[in-house]
Amino acid sequence: MRAMAASGFRSRLRGAAPFVLLASLFAAALGLASGARLEPADFTFNNGTEVTTLDPATVTGIPEGRVIRAIFEGLVVKDPKTLEPLPGAAESWEISADGLTYTFHIREGARWTNTDPLTAHDFVYSFERFLDPRTGAYYAYQLWYVEGARAYTRSVTPDGEPALSFDTVAIHAPDDHTLVLRLEAPTPFFLDLMGFYPLFPVNRRNIEEARESWPETWTLEWLRPENIVTNGPFQVAERRVNDRIRLVKSPSYWDADHVAFGSIDVLAIEQDSTMLNVYLTGGADFIDRVNTSVVPQLMPREDFNPVPYLGAYFFRVNTKKPPFDDKRVRRALALTIPRNDICTNVMRMGQVPAYSLVPPGIEGYASAEMPRGSADEARRLLVEAGYGPSGKAFPPVEIHYNTSEAHSSIAQVIALAWSQELGIQAKLRNEEWKVYLDTQNTLRFDVSRSAWIGDYADPNTYSDLFVTGGENNKTGWGDPEYDRLIDAATREFDKAARMELLRQAEAILVDELPILPVYFYVTQNVVAPRLGGFFGNALDEHFPKHWYWMDDNELAHRRATQPAEWQLVDAHGPADGLYSPAQEAEREARR
Amino acid sequence: MAAEQGSSSWTASSDPKEAARLLAESRQFKGESLWNDAWRRLRRNRPAFLSMLFLACFTLLSFLTPLLPLPSPVETNLDQAQAAPSLAQFGEHMFLAVGERWVEDEDIERAYWSLSWLDKRMVRGRIALFGRFQTGHWLGTDLLGRDILSRIVWGSRTSILVALAAAACSLVIGVLYGAFSGLMGGRIDNLMMRIVDILYSIPFIFVVIFLITLIGDRRAWFEERLGLDRENIFYLVIGAIYWLTMARVVRGQVLSLKISEFIEAARVMGASTLRILLAHIVPNVFSIVIVYLTLTIPAVMLFEAFLSYLGLGIEPPKVSWGLLASDGIAAINPIRIFWWLVVFPAIAMGSTLLALNILGDGLRDALDPKLRGQD
Amino acid sequence: MIRFLWRRLVWFAITLFVVMSVSFFLMRAVKGGPFDTERALEPAIEANIKARYHLDWPMWKQFAQYVGPLNLDRHRAEFLGGDGRDTFGGVLAGDFGPSFRYRDFTVNDIIAQSLPISALLGLVSMMWALALGISTGIASALRRGSGLDLALRLAATGGIALPNFVIASFLIVLFVFLVPLFPVAGWGSIRHMLLPGFCLGLVYAAYISRLTRTGMLEILSQDHIRTAHAKGLAPRTVVMRHALKGGLLPVVSYLGPATAGILTGSLVIERIFFIPGTGSHFINSATNRDYTLAMGVTILYTVLVYAMNTIVDLSYTLLDPRIDLEQS
Repeated sequence: MRAMAASGFRSRLRGAAPFVLLASLFAAALGLASGARLEPADFTFNNGTEVTTLDPATVTGIPEGRVIRAIFEGLVVKDPKTLEPLPGAAESWEISADGLTYTFHIREGARWTNTDPLTAHDFVYSFERFLDPRTGAYYAYQLWYVEGARAYTRSVTPDGEPALSFDTVAIHAPDDHTLVLRLEAPTPFFLDLMGFYPLFPVNRRNIEEARESWPETWTLEWLRPENIVTNGPFQVAERRVNDRIRLVKSPSYWDADHVAFGSIDVLAIEQDSTMLNVYLTGGADFIDRVNTSVVPQLMPREDFNPVPYLGAYFFRVNTKKPPFDDKRVRRALALTIPRNDICTNVMRMGQVPAYSLVPPGIEGYASAEMPRGSADEARRLLVEAGYGPSGKAFPPVEIHYNTSEAHSSIAQVIALAWSQELGIQAKLRNEEWKVYLDTQNTLRFDVSRSAWIGDYADPNTYSDLFVTGGENNKTGWGDPEYDRLIDAATREFDKAARMELLRQAEAILVDELPILPVYFYVTQNVVAPRLGGFFGNALDEHFPKHWYWMDDNELAHRRATQPAEWQLVDAHGPADGLYSPAQEAEREARR
Repeated sequence: MAAEQGSSSWTASSDPKEAARLLAESRQFKGESLWNDAWRRLRRNRPAFLSMLFLACFTLLSFLTPLLPLPSPVETNLDQAQAAPSLAQFGEHMFLAVGERWVEDEDIERAYWSLSWLDKRMVRGRIALFGRFQTGHWLGTDLLGRDILSRIVWGSRTSILVALAAAACSLVIGVLYGAFSGLMGGRIDNLMMRIVDILYSIPFIFVVIFLITLIGDRRAWFEERLGLDRENIFYLVIGAIYWLTMARVVRGQVLSLKISEFIEAARVMGASTLRILLAHIVPNVFSIVIVYLTLTIPAVMLFEAFLSYLGLGIEPPKVSWGLLASDGIAAINPIRIFWWLVVFPAIAMGSTLLALNILGDGLRDALDPKLRGQD
Repeated sequence: MIRFLWRRLVWFAITLFVVMSVSFFLMRAVKGGPFDTERALEPAIEANIKARYHLDWPMWKQFAQYVGPLNLDRHRAEFLGGDGRDTFGGVLAGDFGPSFRYRDFTVNDIIAQSLPISALLGLVSMMWALALGISTGIASALRRGSGLDLALRLAATGGIALPNFVIASFLIVLFVFLVPLFPVAGWGSIRHMLLPGFCLGLVYAAYISRLTRTGMLEILSQDHIRTAHAKGLAPRTVVMRHALKGGLLPVVSYLGPATAGILTGSLVIERIFFIPGTGSHFINSATNRDYTLAMGVTILYTVLVYAMNTIVDLSYTLLDPRIDLEQS
């Protein structure tokens, strides 16, 4: 009661204190958060997740590739439609008659964003850095086709430093504008590799200055938006973790005349439903995947056009563990996977049922397919292997997959099919990504969901996986004849003969079936109809340099050419388009 | 009561007969009035009482699920994916799809993927009751053409089981820890409570993720050595996390009882420690534990849903409400809203949790000693 | 007061140490490392990556390096080209290290970027929670047993009867697509904050409403309120001036844990509404095995819980001078 009596102003102040505190906190936080607001960009796309890093040498993922292709440029770039190599930082190149020596002529007038000219020495530096084990380049093996490169990466001192001098690697710059690389064996896809984003150049001064200024933390300081030096059509203006990367057009880019967008926002939305919502309300103009549940509604729309994509979905089988060490058992399992059901009713985007490892769409290559057969055939195979009514009971099969709704659906459909067709009891085992990887690497599974996305359009990127003891084999399977064919293929310069060798290898693979093929991928992009310069292609690679907004006229034209049954949707973007200076000039001239 | 006598015989070194008599007497006198009073008050609280009936029916129903003429919750039917709810087809005689022949145990196993022995018996019972009849897709089907009604009813089993098991687990740890701490008092109490404080300040989502992965990784070992499958481990992990609050609540109650006037009075009158413990402290602690339990169960159910949302929850072919809800919201999109995928699981979950909460409030009002005798 | 704070500080240090060691070793006991990917890594390169982040060291040394304040790494300086001047490092020196998943950022950067956003979201949701919870709680207490009481209690319980991802999805369909009032996702303006704030606050509103109701009922039955009524004060005055103050005490004590909970529990809301806050790091860092970031957010959480609880205890004395801190 005493306390009550002493109330009045002081106690009222006390009572108000928490609210005053709250209000001032709110104001402070509001100030902090709103200070960071950005003007809307010319174009916004969703990248599916936050990129790991912007350092081209150390990235692996597809989202990173999308950003790196916008801000860096390699020796060659790819045609956005056909993916043919086109001149990039190299104006032209020659390949020697034996296919071993590549001479690139670096473009005069190509510049870094710090206005340094781009020279052949930049590439020598970048490739050295790429191969140096200290850099931690996941993809370093992609450059091992160059003479001496493999040894350079692999020989290390106990301290982890390279034991060999970089002079042992056949990468030289005789002058500022000439770069010469000599390969160990003729590699038909080497030019494609030069357009692969991990092999894009970095700026030496950029890294060395950062090292100077921040001796402890330079490995990330040089990548900060205010420090990073790039040579691509765009440059980084701002980065916010898990939010967006703001790219702006680079004025120093040699072909800036052909770049339309002044700014691009790269979003990091991870949730499928959220990205679709954002797209549908105009917050993004291109999203990279959709949830399978909405596919039937998206299919008729003009903004959703899945095209075949160089990716294979399959199950690895642990061939070291009985009963899966028996080829007949593996075949029986492979024969009873309901591929058509999975493609049309689970994935529903026009995925292609797979009977081989290498996806279709690689020029000059036709996959060897596994023999088809009915469920009766499968049951017969199991009986032959000693299982079934009169034989041993088949042990329960554990289907291993990583956490994801689609994987879980597919695993359930397959489990039911095996149980109904073969009478095999199947269990599901769902593991979180990192544990799943560990389980696969240590071969502690029965059958395990896997997928492989091609880095470049060549069967080799797949066939190479299953050589005996290969790091990515993860099935315990090996076959000397298979290894011999793959090895022979790397030495074969004649394209047709090489493809034939690879095909023979694949024939062995689909006969032995250490993997159970399920389906081949399609792209899942939803793209605003007004976007020009965007093409579906087999690697799902897209090039912001070529993107522009069509005006109403051009949009109407394009719509006139597309199938009439496509359902028209609201077209984001400016009604009078947004064109690059070169395009504008051309349009002016036409008028 | 048998347990009562058993426990009194091992401690009553002073005078077993006297202790037993006192105990029985006190039980009658004090216990009767506490629980009778509470029961009376609970019955008068209409919403709480109705909630209790609802929950009782629901639990019974979920236990008897295999007896109901529902389609299998795991059997996919891809031709009928995402069918809207309709009563047009009331039912069909297609259950187990084995034609006219006798149903083998294997057929049941195949349709349900995996069933316990008891559940298989119940499915047999269902066939005896309803024959091959099964209901149509009254509440629609999901992405893989599975019946939503059936999945909700079967899901209730998992959800209720998870909640009960986890709550029971937290109850055992929490009550033991809290009661011990409160009874010991002094330094030990202080230390034990500090440990709880420390555990409180670890973000427990984080711990759960690691525990689940850690255990999931050694699941073969757990299954072989201890006979624990993933679900069981799941309950234990959640329970092992949720005991903290329970321990605090119990300890607080024990402490306040220890110094309360009527205990003091009993002590002065010469009652033995055991008698005080059993006649005064246990019933009073018990009441608060029950109240807290009814509030823990909904929390665990929500947590299960959250883990399902993260993909760390119950594994197919098992189904739970959390899994249904998180699958359902993945299907919500503005182009076409598959409302039945979310709305029905949400109604099932929401009504159960609501009932639990109302019951919890009602129980608290009924059992709170401070409120007793008012109104 | 000083003694109270001092004791708190000592316990804080102990707690922090225990939390750090538990999370540190628990994390490393789990399968899978931060640099595992689907593609196998060349051993020489893998060894170098591990060396860069000290993952090749024995566990105790990694821990000592992480905690600091002494920098045990003489070699790294030379290895990566530094000059080894920096003899201090680790958490005690205020350095949480580089993130393993977001390799272009340090953990300090990430927390500095995301914490203000989470704090703002937390404040908005706390305001929703307080506004909804206190008003329904008071109304419910004043009309105890009536239909209004029942209806309000049911509504308040609604917030804890459904998972928040379900509520958020419903609200998005309702207020974004059917009645376009709010933007669907993203961060920036106050309009972006209202819907996620509401979803996040709903759970807490439910608890606050209950606490308020209970607290009010207790206070209203006490003598000094009866006296106030007897003195003939207007019921409104009695409630606002006398009852509210004591009745809200339980709510104040709840604010501590609630604030910490809002920061960590915002994961689902952050995902659905695409908000770059701290909440998502609690899960993502764990699944990515981003050891440093996971440790960073764990420590952040511990500090917040401790700070909040201390503030709550201090504010208790402001609200109720009878409470003696020395005894608590």
